[in-house]
Amino acid sequence: MPESIHRRERIVTVFVWTGAGVVTVIFLWLLGDLVWHGLDRLSWEFLSAAPRKAGRAGGIGPILVSTGLILSVCLAVSMPIGVGAAVLLAEFTTDDSVFGRLTRRSLDILSGVPSIVFGLFGNAFFCKILGLGFSILSGGLTLACMVLPILIRSTEEGFRAVPAEYRMSAAALGLSRTATLFHLLLPAAVPGLMVGLVLGIGRAIAETAALIFTSGYVDRMPESLLDSGRALSIHIFDLSMNVSGGDANAYAAALVLVGLLLLINSTASWLADHWLHRRIVLA
Amino acid sequence: MTPSDPSPPGARPWFPLDDRPPCCEPKPFLVTEHLSVRYGEKPAFLDVTLSINTGCITALVGPSGCGKTSFLTCLNRLTDLIPGCRVSGYLRLGSVDVLSPQTNVIYLRRRVGMIFQKPNPFPLSIRRNLEFPLREHGMKDHEQISATIETVLRDVGLWEEVKDRMNAPALSLSGGQQQRLCVARALVLSPEALLLDEPCSALDPISSGVVEDLIASLRGRYTVLTVTHNLAQARRIADYVALFWVQEGAGRLIESGTVKEFFEAPREALTAAYVSGMRG
Repeated sequence: MPESIHRRERIVTVFVWTGAGVVTVIFLWLLGDLVWHGLDRLSWEFLSAAPRKAGRAGGIGPILVSTGLILSVCLAVSMPIGVGAAVLLAEFTTDDSVFGRLTRRSLDILSGVPSIVFGLFGNAFFCKILGLGFSILSGGLTLACMVLPILIRSTEEGFRAVPAEYRMSAAALGLSRTATLFHLLLPAAVPGLMVGLVLGIGRAIAETAALIFTSGYVDRMPESLLDSGRALSIHIFDLSMNVSGGDANAYAAALVLVGLLLLINSTASWLADHWLHRRIVLA
Repeated sequence: MTPSDPSPPGARPWFPLDDRPPCCEPKPFLVTEHLSVRYGEKPAFLDVTLSINTGCITALVGPSGCGKTSFLTCLNRLTDLIPGCRVSGYLRLGSVDVLSPQTNVIYLRRRVGMIFQKPNPFPLSIRRNLEFPLREHGMKDHEQISATIETVLRDVGLWEEVKDRMNAPALSLSGGQQQRLCVARALVLSPEALLLDEPCSALDPISSGVVEDLIASLRGRYTVLTVTHNLAQARRIADYVALFWVQEGAGRLIESGTVKEFFEAPREALTAAYVSGMRG
């Protein structure tokens, strides 16, 4: 190999490895910092007890429950609507139809809208107009609006990645579109759905701005979906910004948040693999 | 080549066109009159009037882009799936007016199976590939399903090869096996006709030979319409041949007739040139 080509290969190799290395180091640094400062606070007591002294002492029990409820509302609403809309876009509209183009463009713009705007919208629409007040329901519905564009677009991509031959050969066998959808397309589109779900959950669980205006600040144990509930991210924000001496618990709560995110994501992909494996078998 | 030619060992039997066993009655099953297909403003083929006889193998031959595949896909209304595609003219299958909006497309496609150029089994197990269409068309009894699956797999000569691994992915089969599975998947619904779109062209020569023999074995039981680029194959397996050609920017039917007429006494100069290898 001539010397110049050899040198170019090496430059590209160094460049690529540096990029990957920097990303990994930043992630490990962040994680290490959280573990270093937060791990000694972490205990069953911390996870289950109610916060005391504005969060300086005690645990995050009610906050975990509120976070779980907000996330559940968000997913229960966004999953069916998201998959439905993705099916409509991918299977029943053509690329150049006005409706399809308009919807896709709107979704792409919506997915880039800052979360504070969703927060204000949620406050105006769910809290005030629908009269749900500062509640877990308002927060979950606002998050659903925020997550939907990402979920729809990546699920749609999942459907588009399914080879057209499956649709043709299914139609040639006289199979109905519904049967084709449920037995072939949906299982085959699961990877796309999972990408959307993981991105969506990541965005939802880390959300602060949109929830401050909708689900509120109250750190008591919620008794119903209409109670106000404090999400984990808001708790971390509050402890590190507004509460002096709250840093240690903020670190511990942040560690829990990251752990939760990793847990949910790996569970989601395990479930997807499992489901996928049962229905679809590639060579 | 004559029957007395020394054939290489393992070659498939070859017989002159006259000696072909009688297999079909010249009773039209599929009839088209002035049939045309256009994609937007661009015509794929125009004004095709052709009868396909019951139980016979009819081969559609001609150069690429002359509308053979479009012709095939409009027969089971698969053209409905292509945006901007318009079909005009008259098309009758048995007593059904295929192009009428009242026609039940699901039932029509059940009567007319289709095999594509590239083997396209579903990404499911071998068994589920056959079970899925059966169940969707209303067969629920487990034993009946198993029996039907075994029958069609024996029909396509795949049973001995796959009976011990019915739950293996269909995509783990070889190309030729996949194509035979696709034929089995079409046969499982007991269609009356089969449309084959160059079923051998994506396969290696040995698999291609196996699939070709399979198609020949369907003679008499199904009405078979196959597109092929391979004139020798058309000569080997077909009872009737139809030649499509592009003229003035659109595919046209040039000539159709029995395989003997087509190869030995073509009416059109173009057919004669094509058959002798001067054109195409």
